[in-house]
Amino acid sequence: MSQTPRPRPGTGPASQNEITAEIEAIEADAAARVAAGASPELQPRRDYAPYRSSVLRHPTHELVRVDPEEVERFSPAFGHTDVNLLESDLTIQHAGEPIGERMTVSGRVLDGEGRPVRHQLIELWQANAGGRYVHKRDQHPAPLDPNFTGVGRAITGDNGEYSFTTIKPGPYPWKNHVNAWRPAHIHFSLFGNAFTQRLITQMYFPGDPLFALDPIYQSIADADARARLVGQYDHSLSVPEFSLGYNWDIVLTGPKSTWMESEDADE
Amino acid sequence: MSKPETVPAPARQTPSQTIGPFYGYALPYGGGPELVPGYHPRAIRFHGTVTDGAGEPILDALLEIWQADESGALSRELGSLDRDGFTFTGFGRCATTIAGQYTFTTLKPGAAGSAAPYILVTVFARGVTHHLFTRAYFADDSALHATDAVLSQVAPDRRHTLIAISEGVVGGAESYRFDIALQGENETVFLDFDAAR
Repeated sequence: MSQTPRPRPGTGPASQNEITAEIEAIEADAAARVAAGASPELQPRRDYAPYRSSVLRHPTHELVRVDPEEVERFSPAFGHTDVNLLESDLTIQHAGEPIGERMTVSGRVLDGEGRPVRHQLIELWQANAGGRYVHKRDQHPAPLDPNFTGVGRAITGDNGEYSFTTIKPGPYPWKNHVNAWRPAHIHFSLFGNAFTQRLITQMYFPGDPLFALDPIYQSIADADARARLVGQYDHSLSVPEFSLGYNWDIVLTGPKSTWMESEDADE
Repeated sequence: MSKPETVPAPARQTPSQTIGPFYGYALPYGGGPELVPGYHPRAIRFHGTVTDGAGEPILDALLEIWQADESGALSRELGSLDRDGFTFTGFGRCATTIAGQYTFTTLKPGAAGSAAPYILVTVFARGVTHHLFTRAYFADDSALHATDAVLSQVAPDRRHTLIAISEGVVGGAESYRFDIALQGENETVFLDFDAAR
């Protein structure tokens, strides 16, 4: 992690152009499958070579398709005894104000039928405004902010709603290939009403010029599906003289999400 | 603001993204791996190593377990994040060590529903674009395995990857070893609950 990649043709890290060509070839392949009648790919590919870390970390066997049992149809219970209400404000965790563009991100957590996911745990983490994480393995030369840890938690409300106050994270370099940069993003972790709905994902910001270059964002080969990871700027959520507002609704489901419903369980 | 309700539900699903390497200050928490204290009279050690396709330990994986209690009931109790030392919530979270190892202290689950007893294990890691689910059954319950809907569906030569090995009493507790290989000769069987039928 500490060495600067030295590109040597054929042996060293790939160039951005090589990675972009791989991304485009996979996207074309996915589009051709859809044109031939396949369903769009709603999830990232697990075997996605442009994201080099996936090469040795994806199963080579097909996943075994099984019906969820009772364990998978339930989820752990979380509540306000687990999470302090103040943990949803990432700007008040230290003596001073963090540096950066103060923002709120809010929205609703829903299941596949559009019903709210109530009273469940939502966790987030992010880099600071300079693109640096509070993590010892992040050693790139951007400053740490003594007033920002970049970690928040909340319990969703009666309508599945959540809201965090934070600062906008910066983009940052990584070692996937030469001159690789992650678009600015916030990591989210979510629980649903069934463990099968468990989700860890990332929220991005509209119009980021790094989208086309990033093999993590592009690991979702379908353009409409990955666009669901982009939060929307909503001026009505901005607070005068204080913060900019983003909205992001999260839908926690696969096609078989309604296991709690007796009419579906009977089939 | 919100999208029309007529949009087909699966089309609106929010896709997964990798956990990445930098979750360390956010997701692990004190008491996360201890579903019961080590001094609980029936505490078991549930542990193993997570490896990649080169057989190398994965030092930046995060594992979550979710399971029934000893009677086979799923807990509805709060307190997984802020444990009181007495309430069994059935949920645990553990980051792997620099040797790729994880250790939970928990109770051996009873059978929930018609399946043989198991612990549901979820694997997150850098390079894993979408988390992986697997189940850890227990070798002691082999009599129940023949009729289990999942074990009977798995190819016989891969079935052992779903079964925790009993190591007997180690350090005062029954110990079960459940190694997880994302790739390689003993690649763990991973499960897809969304695509069945």
